[in-house]
This record gives sequence, structure tokens and C-alpha cells, in this order.
Amino acid sequence: MEFLGEVAAWFADPASWEGRNSIPLRLWEHVSLSVTALAMGMLIALPIGLAIGHSGRGARAAVAITNIGRAIPSLGWLGMVLPITLVLFERGGLGFLPALIALVALAIPPIVTNTYAGLREVDRELIDAARGMGMRESRILAAVEVPIALPVILAGIRSSAVQVVATATLAAVVAGGTLGDFILQGIFVRDLPRVFGAALMVAALALATEGLFALLQRLTTSPGLRAGEVGRAS
Amino acid sequence: MNDQPFFRIDWVIDNLDQIAGRVGEHLVMTGIAIGVGLLISFCLALLIRRVRPLYGPTIAITGALYSIPSLALFALLIPITGLSLLTAEIALVSYTLLILVRNIVAALDGVPAEVLDAADGMGFGALERLWRVELPIALPVIVAGIRIATVTTIGLVTVTSLIGLGGLGYLIVNTGINRFFATSIYTGVALSVALAVLADVGLERLQRWLTPWARAGQA
Repeated sequence: MEFLGEVAAWFADPASWEGRNSIPLRLWEHVSLSVTALAMGMLIALPIGLAIGHSGRGARAAVAITNIGRAIPSLGWLGMVLPITLVLFERGGLGFLPALIALVALAIPPIVTNTYAGLREVDRELIDAARGMGMRESRILAAVEVPIALPVILAGIRSSAVQVVATATLAAVVAGGTLGDFILQGIFVRDLPRVFGAALMVAALALATEGLFALLQRLTTSPGLRAGEVGRAS
Repeated sequence: MNDQPFFRIDWVIDNLDQIAGRVGEHLVMTGIAIGVGLLISFCLALLIRRVRPLYGPTIAITGALYSIPSLALFALLIPITGLSLLTAEIALVSYTLLILVRNIVAALDGVPAEVLDAADGMGFGALERLWRVELPIALPVIVAGIRIATVTTIGLVTVTSLIGLGGLGYLIVNTGINRFFATSIYTGVALSVALAVLADVGLERLQRWLTPWARAGQA
């Protein structure tokens, strides 16, 4: 209990809230890095998943992307990117940039997998009917396939988002700041209240992300689909 | 980093002992997590089979544990269990529970009722029925869960280097990122991926070998 008091004292200390090592700054680094990475990951992964899912071609590529995504550890992405950005950008290759690249790479596989799987699950007869009604391919994708596959696609974005927020913590090892920095610093100088306090914030952030996307998934599910349960496809 | 070749194979050769040791540590940490995780999950699954209403809350709790980032979960445990293997294993085991419990329950649920009736009719006791009838039939689905849990755990074990433990994460972080030494980083990542792939393929083979009857039915 005494320890929790020390954690509370860390949160209450005005010094924790100002300067170059403050809670708001680290939180901002964490959130901005995660949001940027997720947005860029979606920008890359959604078109790939939609193209493969709609045409049915390149399914092997989708499976390969999934497997690669699963086998490479998240810390591995950070490690692999760092030497490359250091060679290319020298000092600029440390910190935000390698963290961002690693997180984007990490965000892509679940979105590609689920988008592809979501579109493949759409009843072929519905697509034939749409085609018979004279819809163009792009219209079929936008008006038939995507709305039906949306819960599955969002489930993929949700996995990516949770993974990105989690791995943003590890960005601290490549000097990317984020709340993980408090944890690593705290372990280094044996300041356990700081370690614990930061970990609480990271856990809350991850659970909030999970909750936010769960809500989004529920809100965007077409009423026609709500009767049956749709789960994650991965 | 610019003055030397990007990947120094001579470093790998000179440090084979250390690298092999890190692989060993990695395997031990993974093995403990999967072993203990499997034991706990199996007990939970059997309990859930008796008391169905427990399924929802169990999945909710293990799901919440699963979404807590690994470094944060380690950090939350450090005040209690310190920078120790125990801290790492508690977290690693927690991550296996969601996948394993879900798969074991689904696997046991998938055993046809007629088969259970037949076993009962043959006078099998509950334990014997579980061991000789239910488990063999449920095995492929259970192993599928173990494969996912193992691949996930092998990746997560790398993070334990951040709380002062070894494993391949030591090559990625301590002798790699912290010294801007690419060779060590790539060696660690490559071996981690190799372990994950080997474990996945190995477990699949094991499952086929253990269930020869399933093979006959497949094309």
C-alpha cells in the first residue's frame, strides 16, 4: 500500500508534468506515433487487402504477409529498421523515424489479412446479383462487398491498433520517447513508482484502444448483419 | 556503424557459443510459458465444461490480460516479483491463456455426442473417457491453439531482455540496438523467426504423428 502511495506521489509531483521528460509529452509522443503509424498502415494495407479480396488473385501473397507478420517479433521490427535508418539518415535515423517505420510494418499484416478474408466471405450470389443489376466492379466493391465485410475489416484494424499502441511502448529502445521511456528509465535508475505508474498508463491506453474499436465495430455493423455473430478472421 | 560492413559474419562465428546460449535461454523461457499455460488452461477448460457460465468471464479476463502490452505487464509485476524470470513467466503465461482456453474448450465441445455416449456405454469412467476418447479427438484443434500460442510466445520472449533477462532479445537489444551493432540485431531477429517457424512446423508434424487416423481421412 505504501508503494501505491509512492506511485500516486509520482503522478502528483508537479515535476512529472513539465519539462522535456513530462507525462503529457510522453503521452503525446505515444499517441501521435501510434495514430500516425496506424493511419499510414491503413493507407497501405487497405488497398492491398481490397484488391486481393475483390479479385481473388494474390491470395498466396496475403497468406505470406500474414505469416511474416506473425513470425517477426514486434521488437524485431524496431531492431531491423534502426540500422537501415541510421545508415540512410545518420542522427535523424534514431528516434521517431525508425519507430514509425517499424510500427507501420507491424500494422499492415492484420489489416491485409482481415480485409482479404472479409471480402472472400461475402456470398458469391450477392456479387453475381449486383453484377446482374449492372453495377460496375468499383460499385460492387463499395456498395456490396465492403459494407458486408466491414466488421471483419474493422476487427483487423482493431488488432493492428492494439498492437501498434503496445509496440509504441517498445519504441523507447530506439529513443522514440513514448510512455515506454518512463518504464526503461525507471528500471535503469530503480525508480519503481515511475515504472509502475507508466505501466498503468500504457495498460489503460491499450484497453481504451481495444474498447474504442469494439464500439466502432458495433456502430458500423450493418443492421442486416447483426443477427449473426461475426468474429475475427485471423 | 558506417565504418564497418553492415553484417559481420566473423562476429557471428566468433560468438557462436554466446548465440547458442541465448537460443537455449529463449527455448527454456518459451517452454516454461507454454507448459504452465497449457496446464492452467486445461484446468480452466475442464472447469468451464462443468460450469458453463464461467466461459464468458474467463474469456473477458484473459482477453483483457492479452491486450496489456508486454513491457507494461512486466513493469506492473516488477514491484512484486522484481526483475526476475518469475516476472517474465507470469506475464508470458497470462498471454497464452486466451488462445489456449478458447481452443481447448472448442476442441472438447467438438467431440460428437454419439462418441461420448458410446464411451459411456462401454463403461469408461470420466477420467478414462477424457484421456482415451475426448483428448485424442480434440487433439488437432488443441495443437492448433498451442501452435499459435508458441509462435506468439517466442516473439514476446524477446521483450524480456528489457527487464534484464537473456534470450534472443539480448542479441537484439543489449548487444544490438544499445551498441548500434546491426549484426547482433539481425542475428537475434533471424533466429527468433527461425525458432517460430520451426516450432510451428514441428508441432504440426507432432500432431499428425499423434493422430494417424486423421491422416487416413484426408486427401
